[in-house]
Amino acid sequence: MSGENHDGELEKVPSEPIANPGLPEHLPRPTDVDPAAEKRAERQVATMFGLSSVFAVLFCVAYFSISKNASVMNMGALQLALGICLGLTLLLIGVGAIQWSRKLMSDHEIVEYRHTASSPEEDRAEAIAALEAGIADSGIGRRPLVRNSLLGALGMLGLPAIVALRDLGPLPGDKLAHTVWKSGVLVVQDVDGAKIKPEDMVIGQLVNAEPSLFFPEDGAPAEYEGTELLQAKAKAAVILVRMHPDDLKDKHSANWGVEGILCFSKICTHVGCPISLWEQQTHHLLCPCHQSTFDLADGGKVVFGPAGRHLPQLPIMVDSDGYLAAQSDFTEPVGPSYWERNRSNLK
Amino acid sequence: MSASDATPKGTVTNGTTPAAAKKPNPAGSVATWADERLGIATATKKQIRKVFPDHWSFMLGEIALWSFVILLLTGVFLSLWFKPSMGEVVYNGSYDQLRGIPMSEAYESTLHISFDVRAGLLIRQMHHWAAMLFIAAMLVHMMRVFLTGAFRKPRELNWIIGGVLLLMGILEGFAGYSLPDDLLSGTGLRIADGLVKATPVLGSYMSFFMFGGEFPGDVIIPRLYIAHVLLIPGLILALIAAHMLLLVYHKHTQWPGPGKTEENVVGYPMMPVYAAKAGGFFFIVFGVVALMGGLMSINPVWRFGPYNPAQVTAGSQPDWYMGIAEGLLRIMPGWETHIWGITMSWNIFIPGQVAPMLLLGIILGYPFIEQWVTGDKSEHHLLQRPRNVPTRTAFLSAMITLYGLLWAAGGNDILAQQFHLDLNTITYFMRGAIFVIPPIVFIIAKRWCISLQRHDNEMLLHGYESGIIMRSAEGGYSERHLPLSPDHAYTLTARDRDVIYAGISGEDANGVSAPALRKDKLRARLSKVWFQDAVQKPTAQELEEAHHHAELEHEHDIPLEGHAADGHQFDGRHDVAGEELSQH
Amino acid sequence: MRLLTRKISARLSTRRRSRFAAPAVLIIGLLASGGLYAAFSPANADSSTVDSSAIQKGRALFAVSCASCHGLNAEGIVTKRGNQYGPSLIGVGAAAVDFQVGTGRMPMAQPGAQALQKRPVFDKTQISELAAYVASLGPGPSIPTTADYSSKGATNEQVVQGGEFFRTNCTACHNFAGSGGALPKGKFAPSLVGVSEKHIFEALLTGPQQMPVFSNGVLTPQDKRDIIAYLKKQEDTPSYGGFTLGSIGPVSEGMFAWLVGIGGLVGAGIWITSGTARVKKKGTSA
Repeated sequence: MSGENHDGELEKVPSEPIANPGLPEHLPRPTDVDPAAEKRAERQVATMFGLSSVFAVLFCVAYFSISKNASVMNMGALQLALGICLGLTLLLIGVGAIQWSRKLMSDHEIVEYRHTASSPEEDRAEAIAALEAGIADSGIGRRPLVRNSLLGALGMLGLPAIVALRDLGPLPGDKLAHTVWKSGVLVVQDVDGAKIKPEDMVIGQLVNAEPSLFFPEDGAPAEYEGTELLQAKAKAAVILVRMHPDDLKDKHSANWGVEGILCFSKICTHVGCPISLWEQQTHHLLCPCHQSTFDLADGGKVVFGPAGRHLPQLPIMVDSDGYLAAQSDFTEPVGPSYWERNRSNLK
Repeated sequence: MSASDATPKGTVTNGTTPAAAKKPNPAGSVATWADERLGIATATKKQIRKVFPDHWSFMLGEIALWSFVILLLTGVFLSLWFKPSMGEVVYNGSYDQLRGIPMSEAYESTLHISFDVRAGLLIRQMHHWAAMLFIAAMLVHMMRVFLTGAFRKPRELNWIIGGVLLLMGILEGFAGYSLPDDLLSGTGLRIADGLVKATPVLGSYMSFFMFGGEFPGDVIIPRLYIAHVLLIPGLILALIAAHMLLLVYHKHTQWPGPGKTEENVVGYPMMPVYAAKAGGFFFIVFGVVALMGGLMSINPVWRFGPYNPAQVTAGSQPDWYMGIAEGLLRIMPGWETHIWGITMSWNIFIPGQVAPMLLLGIILGYPFIEQWVTGDKSEHHLLQRPRNVPTRTAFLSAMITLYGLLWAAGGNDILAQQFHLDLNTITYFMRGAIFVIPPIVFIIAKRWCISLQRHDNEMLLHGYESGIIMRSAEGGYSERHLPLSPDHAYTLTARDRDVIYAGISGEDANGVSAPALRKDKLRARLSKVWFQDAVQKPTAQELEEAHHHAELEHEHDIPLEGHAADGHQFDGRHDVAGEELSQH
Repeated sequence: MRLLTRKISARLSTRRRSRFAAPAVLIIGLLASGGLYAAFSPANADSSTVDSSAIQKGRALFAVSCASCHGLNAEGIVTKRGNQYGPSLIGVGAAAVDFQVGTGRMPMAQPGAQALQKRPVFDKTQISELAAYVASLGPGPSIPTTADYSSKGATNEQVVQGGEFFRTNCTACHNFAGSGGALPKGKFAPSLVGVSEKHIFEALLTGPQQMPVFSNGVLTPQDKRDIIAYLKKQEDTPSYGGFTLGSIGPVSEGMFAWLVGIGGLVGAGIWITSGTARVKKKGTSA
């Protein structure tokens, strides 16, 4: 219907204003008519191929003769030499081949005729007839019971395929809601596990910290190792900051700290990058991945960027030995949001 | 101008050699040997001299193809040493600054390739550069196809294959980027984990299944590895094969010009010219990648350190092709809904999942959308100049602008640092700019195209501006316009006239359901907007009138000048040998 | 030494051409000893106990160059809106002064988001005088000694440990290669490449501007030296992969992939498909 309409329009179009003048006259190249130019081009191409072999040999020489530690202009010498030799070996072959085709190969343009993408009308009719005969012979149209039960069976085949993938991983359960923090776990400096007393920290100080569980006492077996350590760390990493108590705007948050020392989750509530980019004067904490900014003086509230939730705070205390320790686990799940997050069982 | 006189002397045009030749040349005897076993002569006799038209923009897809071949070659080299395992080992290799640190085997073997396998670092860097080029070349190739209308019937399916190839390339790149298990790639996986967790209902389950438990787990690297070296490359290879087969079947599109029609293709034969050009280009791409790999540091994983979920670096960015997703994620406001005990992270779900799907949908569906709007159902083998389809060109300009803005937003911290700008201001600016600037670019690009079209018509009707100022007898000055060469004039007119879809009207509308009629009305309106203000090429009559007018003017000038000092002599476009200037 | 001078003066006297030679020798000698004094005196001043004359001089310098922002008694100036114009310097210690003034960040050229590094305005003596004055206002970290910050002779284990500390505490702002990074509202973490060991130590100790403090109580001087050792080792290590492209990560890599890679290859494509020179037939004209 619309096609007819379209065709009707086409008839009104005036004929082409200028007739196709046909292919332009072919003009010879200097290399076609001048034997000297031809010889020169031939030499050029052969020189490039020859030089390419030279660089291939130089690559091998560099490979065996340059020490891995040698440097040139403060760069790795072996790497540079190998790269340049290999690059030129390849480039010269390429440039030579192109030059060959441009200067020496016949450059007469030739014409090839197209056919429409579709098959000839009778072929198509034949194919469709064959297809229809096949369908009719199968009786799939006449026997809906067979057809529908087959479709159902094929559909059900998806179930084993999906179910068989069940063991890709365990179910989340409430794992995302908990970390390894619990009452009395010391807050220690990351890397060396140094214990921290409040008086060690000055105002404006930042400590990238971890639970002491990750740093076994000398001789004791490690509680967390390998993958488990990384998994635990991915939720339990924290930062300790000390601010002037008068600067703290959120009293509830201040009560979870010790003399202006507050402990926040290091895992961004956006998509989980560890954040420790803390400005000591503004008390803002910036995530280097997507620039979510949290105000640690105001209970970790989001002040900028794509994060949707405040940064969870870990309640801390001073233990009997005078070291900073957790009062409990986090009171909410740390890290990025997920669908059932608000229903997480935090007991 | 027939095909026969274009045959170079001394070459055989049909690929078979008689079996009983007295002195069979080696190529012929090999071909005979093969044909007696494979029967390939019938299939290849036409392909050997298959015609490929020459234009620089037809080489862009080839960059992608050759990059992929380089990726396969360098990838095999890397796989000889790479260990796709997250098992923990203590580094004891030759890079001092990390010795004694526990790390995954994947990272350790990457360091081993970089420092203890000679040329390992070179190949690793080549692999990475080639990956960047692979996707970039696919993108520019796609832009070329889009701008010139090469996706139109009968090539829509090849466009879709290309779109899926781009998606596969990006997934392949991301998987490869994650394999070394360094701090940067681990941060990337952490973000991917966050994106997955934002999926409604299933988020945390998908995350646990993906990582085999809690992030980071110990299975993600082996799983990504098999996807990276087998699953996705297999798919890419199959899709490339289909892409090339369809290219051969449809034959290449060509630019309109003298001697070129919808029914033919004019160019150089596959054997030998295109074999040399394409083969040569392969070596050039390979050589450039090798030089880049040798001279330009990429992904120095040893500086990042092994992945540690408690560490991060400033400037944590994905590779460039993920830049727009990163940008969207960065400028998205922090919208999150908490209701009935569920959490819906719009701030992650929209930029991380909805937007990429939407973009993919637009890309794959575009040929059909345009076809529906224009009502154009005929086959096209001649390309369109971007200016001659102003709305499409303007649409792509706007999309590229959007892409560029999001890309810049994805590097907002680097922009802020390098150009001493304010990070927050860039982000606020981008939040508005992605809605404001692309439409402005759309309007500018469309008007620009239309004025270029007008300029073409101007040249056809009144000739080109010769730059020669003539003084008339009255003392007035005017610029001499000279007629275009016939070839040039033909090339400018070798395009279709736009036909606006008028919609169903009058009696035709009887018996058409109301929703269908509404749809048709929308289509007619869109078609009108699509072709709005586009300039049509002049008709034969208009051209004739204009030429008649020019001749009259010229005749008028002759008595004044005595001799045809009409400016031909000075414009540098004509051979002036043998023409003398009249002496005044 | 004396022998050498005698020899030179003897030679000068034997080949005397000018009666100004002896005064010239005298002047050279005086300049040399002055230079030597200048070179060594700040180091001596660093370790000296509070010297009242230095404090007096420091106070005078402070009144001229610093008091307009930090207040006449370094008590800080608060604007009407409650913002800090210049913070109080009581208790910041000599190390903070040595860092801020020694790297040219103070005095600031103009108020801005962040004090920028520039050529120091004061010489070493003046800096030590200013430091002595500020140190006299209240207890704070003193200027570290060479033994505190020098990473010389660090073992490889210490370098590796320093790398771990660096990646945990520093890379978030300063980037993996110490190239620096962006902070909110136009501020930035500066590049650490080429910064002196002393200044890195002082910055960690005092937390200049937005940088948090890493006090010796938690991040011990040995830990700090390890970080410095790691940074210096990185500076001495060649860039194994070739040009670093700024060491700012994938953004610059992507830019080079497009400009050099795609740019160069499209250029090659244009060359491959361009028409070659043609021989024109004689006598044809369009």
